[in-house]
Amino acid sequence: MSHAPWLAIRKEPPARRSAILTVLSFVLPLVIWCLVSYVPFIWHPLVEITDSGDSIYLEKGGLVDRASFEQENARIASENGRQARGVRANPVYLPAPHEVARAMYTAFTTEPRRPEEPWLHESLWHSIRVVFLAFWISSIIGVPLGILCGVFGLISKLFEPFIEFFRYLPAPVFGALAVAVLGIGDGPKIAIIFIGTFFQQVLVIANTTRKVEPALIEAAQTLGARGATLVRRVVLPAISPHIYRDMRILLGWAWTYLIVAEVVGASTGITWFINQQAKYRIYENVYAAILIIGVIGFGTDYLLGVIEKNLFVWNGGRRNRFFRFIMDPAPPIRARAAAAPGRSAIVREPSEG
Amino acid sequence: MHAIELPSYKEQSPEVADRMARLRERPVIMEARSITKRFPSEQGENTALLNVSLHARRREFLSIIGPSGCGKSTLIRILAGLESATEGAVLLEGKVVSVPGPERGMVFQGYTLFPWLTIKRNVMFGLQVGGLSDMLAESEAMQWIEMVGLADFADHYPHQLSGGMKQRVAIARALANRPRVLLMDEPFGALDAQTRARMQSYLLQIWRKVDITIIFITHDLDEAVYLSDRILVLKANPGEVAELIEVPVPQPRSPKQFLSLEFLAVKARLEELIHPDSGVEDELPMLRLTCVDDEVT
Ligand SMILES: Nc1ncnc2c1ncn2[C@@H]1O[C@H](COP(=O)(O)OP(=O)(O)OP(=O)(O)O)[C@@H](O)[C@H]1O
Ligand SMILES: [Mg+2]
Repeated sequence: MSHAPWLAIRKEPPARRSAILTVLSFVLPLVIWCLVSYVPFIWHPLVEITDSGDSIYLEKGGLVDRASFEQENARIASENGRQARGVRANPVYLPAPHEVARAMYTAFTTEPRRPEEPWLHESLWHSIRVVFLAFWISSIIGVPLGILCGVFGLISKLFEPFIEFFRYLPAPVFGALAVAVLGIGDGPKIAIIFIGTFFQQVLVIANTTRKVEPALIEAAQTLGARGATLVRRVVLPAISPHIYRDMRILLGWAWTYLIVAEVVGASTGITWFINQQAKYRIYENVYAAILIIGVIGFGTDYLLGVIEKNLFVWNGGRRNRFFRFIMDPAPPIRARAAAAPGRSAIVREPSEG
Repeated sequence: MHAIELPSYKEQSPEVADRMARLRERPVIMEARSITKRFPSEQGENTALLNVSLHARRREFLSIIGPSGCGKSTLIRILAGLESATEGAVLLEGKVVSVPGPERGMVFQGYTLFPWLTIKRNVMFGLQVGGLSDMLAESEAMQWIEMVGLADFADHYPHQLSGGMKQRVAIARALANRPRVLLMDEPFGALDAQTRARMQSYLLQIWRKVDITIIFITHDLDEAVYLSDRILVLKANPGEVAELIEVPVPQPRSPKQFLSLEFLAVKARLEELIHPDSGVEDELPMLRLTCVDDEVT
């Protein structure tokens, strides 16, 4: 197992090694961040003043860049004053990991500065609601339309050229228009995410639908399936795992449009929180909020991945106990040759031997 | 030319002649009337089939054989209604058919089981589409699954089965629909030799038990002779009928007949038709690798 070559082309590494690599892919950036934050001689371009000495302008707790600090000390030295003292520090916009980790908790518990402003969890919930609402609206129209485009040439020719054109229009350019039409509430935000997702969605789903194995359709035709039956019993199940996969990717896109959408009209949600904290120069909170978006996105996708494996068992997945309980309520009953009256004579009398 | 003197492949023992005579009296199930198929190509048109006619009678096993690219797949797809002929007509029990239908079952060379359905549900597919209740469809499907010897795998998914098993399911699925004719396009082409031999005897057993007419495409000469009542030989460019051979090997068939004189005589004739001996060795271009100096030759 451990003898497997490290750089085998298109081969999954052994399970243990995969797990280690997965952990490493998160640990490595963290290690770099720690090094930059905690090891002074790596970067630390500033000096945090611990004792202002006889300086006229240095203040205790203030940050100055190293060159100015040394210049000031040189000046003090020439006047035989008391030297200022300080420790090397990073700029405020690069907080250390432990500060951000602490902020992940304290950001939730800190009361908003003004009573009418939302708490962090309220902002977050607002963002999540907007994304999922927009994605939902886009999907209930986009998925059926995409499938219809994939199945019927007529519908494809009627809709796709325009959609193809429209998807090149960047969603944010509709911001002002959306506010004019839909006011300053969540309406324009949902509209922007919708515009960003919908047009891609129709095209992606249509393409996936077109990729259904023609041999399966032909096999179904020779078994008597036609029209709507063919679509319902062959096309839909054949493409369902691929559509599911597409939806996971599209949901990721919807998240990226969220940040654009939230500054349209009155800024709200997690973006408002981030901008607000940046204004206050509490950068650990900014990082914490960004990380929380990542965790929500990644967590949603992971969850959808687990559901996928359990949903499409025939595509190589496996159902775990929980899903077996929900989806296979009763053990399969093998109905063996419970001869059906009138149709049991499969073997007709040979007309001759 | 041959090490042993073979009888003519046209010579039939009285029993075989008798069987052939009775076969000729049976009703025609499937008929193709001068099928021509042209595909558009860069140089105008490419004639894949030219004036091909055939008829298969009730419970006959008719094979179609020919060199690669002679249009066998095209022909059977036209018979199935999956493709339309440029000229000519396909008749099923005297009526012209042009679209696919459940009366013409088809088994493809590739695996075309529905991967999202279990074996049982695959076999039930045609029955359910045909309007049979789930209960009835299930019990009927199970009988066919038992017939191909896969009852223990009824609740498995296709990806859990071997190639040979998948083709057995495909046969069961096609037959469960009670088609009048079963069209098979190199169904065993992707299988290894042993599996293929087993599948051939399976198919013969089923054919003997079920009222079914089989049109079977292959490029394997042994397979054609072993299975068929008659063999339609096509030639390439354009695909035309070269000859229709009545196989003089007595029924029921068994692998022992592979070395019988009648068998070898038909096979020799097929060889002649399909691989005509040009007498000259093909002139291969001289490549670096073709200059080998060793004791092999
Ligand atoms: N869809 C198509 N479009 C254009 N030409 C085609 C098409 N299908 C088949 N042909 C041509 O028709 C001819 C016959 O093809 P076909 O697949 O029927 O041959 P075949 O006898 O089944 O060959 P093989 O033994 O290799 O399966 C070939 O020359 C092929 O190039
Ligand atoms: Mg072919």
